[in-house]
Amino acid sequence: MLQDKAEFEDIPGTYLFNSDRSREGYHLNMFCMSLSKSENRKAFRADEARYLDRFPLTEEQRRTILERDWLGMIKVGGNIYYTSKLGATDGKSFQYIAGKMSGMTGEEYLAMMVGGGRSIENNRSKSEQVD
Amino acid sequence: MARIIAGVATSHVPAIGAAIDLGKTEEDYWKPLFAGYEPSKKWMAETDPDVVILVYNDHANAFSLEIIPTFAIGVADSFPPADEGWGPRKVPVVQGHPELAWHLSESLILEEFDMTVVNEMPVDHGLTVPLSLMCGEPEEWPCPVIPICVNVIQYPPPTGNRCYELGRAIRRAVESFEPDLNVVVFGTGGMSHQLHGERAGLINREWDQRFLDDLTANPERLRKLPHIEYVREAGSEGIEMVMWLVMRGALSENAREVYRFNHVPGSNTSVGNIIIED
Repeated sequence: MLQDKAEFEDIPGTYLFNSDRSREGYHLNMFCMSLSKSENRKAFRADEARYLDRFPLTEEQRRTILERDWLGMIKVGGNIYYTSKLGATDGKSFQYIAGKMSGMTGEEYLAMMVGGGRSIENNRSKSEQVD
Repeated sequence: MARIIAGVATSHVPAIGAAIDLGKTEEDYWKPLFAGYEPSKKWMAETDPDVVILVYNDHANAFSLEIIPTFAIGVADSFPPADEGWGPRKVPVVQGHPELAWHLSESLILEEFDMTVVNEMPVDHGLTVPLSLMCGEPEEWPCPVIPICVNVIQYPPPTGNRCYELGRAIRRAVESFEPDLNVVVFGTGGMSHQLHGERAGLINREWDQRFLDDLTANPERLRKLPHIEYVREAGSEGIEMVMWLVMRGALSENAREVYRFNHVPGSNTSVGNIIIED
C-alpha cells in the first residue's frame, strides 16, 4: 500500500529519498558515487568545476556542490550516503556534515549528541510544531 | 542438518569502524561503547558459529542508484572490504560460504522471495563493522559469512513484515541444508538516527527501548510498524531496523534474550546490540 507523501513531508527537517528526489538527484548522486575511485577524487580536486562538466547537473546542483552547501544538496535530490562521499573526499565526517545541515557548529552538534541527541519532542510534525 | 542457534542485532556506524582502525577505542568518547560490546565478543567466541548470515545494507558502495536490488545475496568465495571514499578498511577479506549461499538462494527464490544473486560484491561498513564489534580484530574472521543486502536507502525499503517473513524462509532453508552447521543470523543497522536535514542528530531512546523489548517478546507488534513510524519516530535512517526483523524471523517464537546494550552517541546514532538465543 502506498503511503501518503504528505505524511512524510510533514516531518520537520526531513527529506525522504523517494522517487521524486531520486529522479531529480540522479546525476548529482552519481557524481558523488564517482568519488569512490581514488583517480576520480584526484581529478576532482585538481579542477572541481571542470570535473563536474562530466555530469549533466543543473546550475543549482553545481552551486551546492562547489559551495559545499550540504543542506542545499539534499534539497536538490542529494542523498546523504552519496553526498557523504564528497564529504569523505574533503576529509569531513558524517558528524561534520550533519552539524552543517542543522545549522550548528561542529562543537554545538557534538555537545548535542553527547547530551543524548536531538529530542523527538516537537520534532514529529511540522503542522503540530510550536515555536 | 544445519540449524540456526542464535540471532544478533547491532548497529553498524562507520565511525565505530574508524575508531577501531585508528586505535581510539580507549578514548573517553568511545570507551563506554566498546565496553558494552565486551560481553558480546565473549558470547561470540564461546558460541563459535560455523557460519554467519549477515543482513545489512550497502551504502552506495557495491550498488548505487544504477541498480537497486531490494534483497541481494552474496554467493561468492570471498568479499573484499569496499573503498568508501577514504580507502578500504584494513580488515580481513570476508570469506563466503558458496554452498550454503546457493542453497539459500534456490530455496528462497522457490519460496517466492525473488533474491538478486551476486557473485562479485565489495562489502562496506554495514557488514564489516558488525563483524569487528562481535569478533574484535582477528587476523582472519572466525567463520564464513553470507551477506544478505537489503535496500533501505531508496524509499520504499521492504516492509518489516516482508523482512520478518524472509527470516522465516531463511530458517526453513537452513534447516533443509544437509551438512551439520551451527548458524547465527545478524540483523544490523539502527537504532534511532537521522543523518540528513535540519533534523539530523535525532535520537529517540524510548522508542529504541520498546523496539528492544518487543524484538524478543512481541515481534508481532514490530512486524506491523509502517515505514512512516520508523521515519518519524526513529529518524529517516532508523528505518534500517527493518533488517533486525529478518534476524528475528529466523528464530523460533520462544527464543530468549541473553544480552542487550544501548549507548548514545556513536557519532550520530543510538547504538544498540541484542543477542537472542534460539
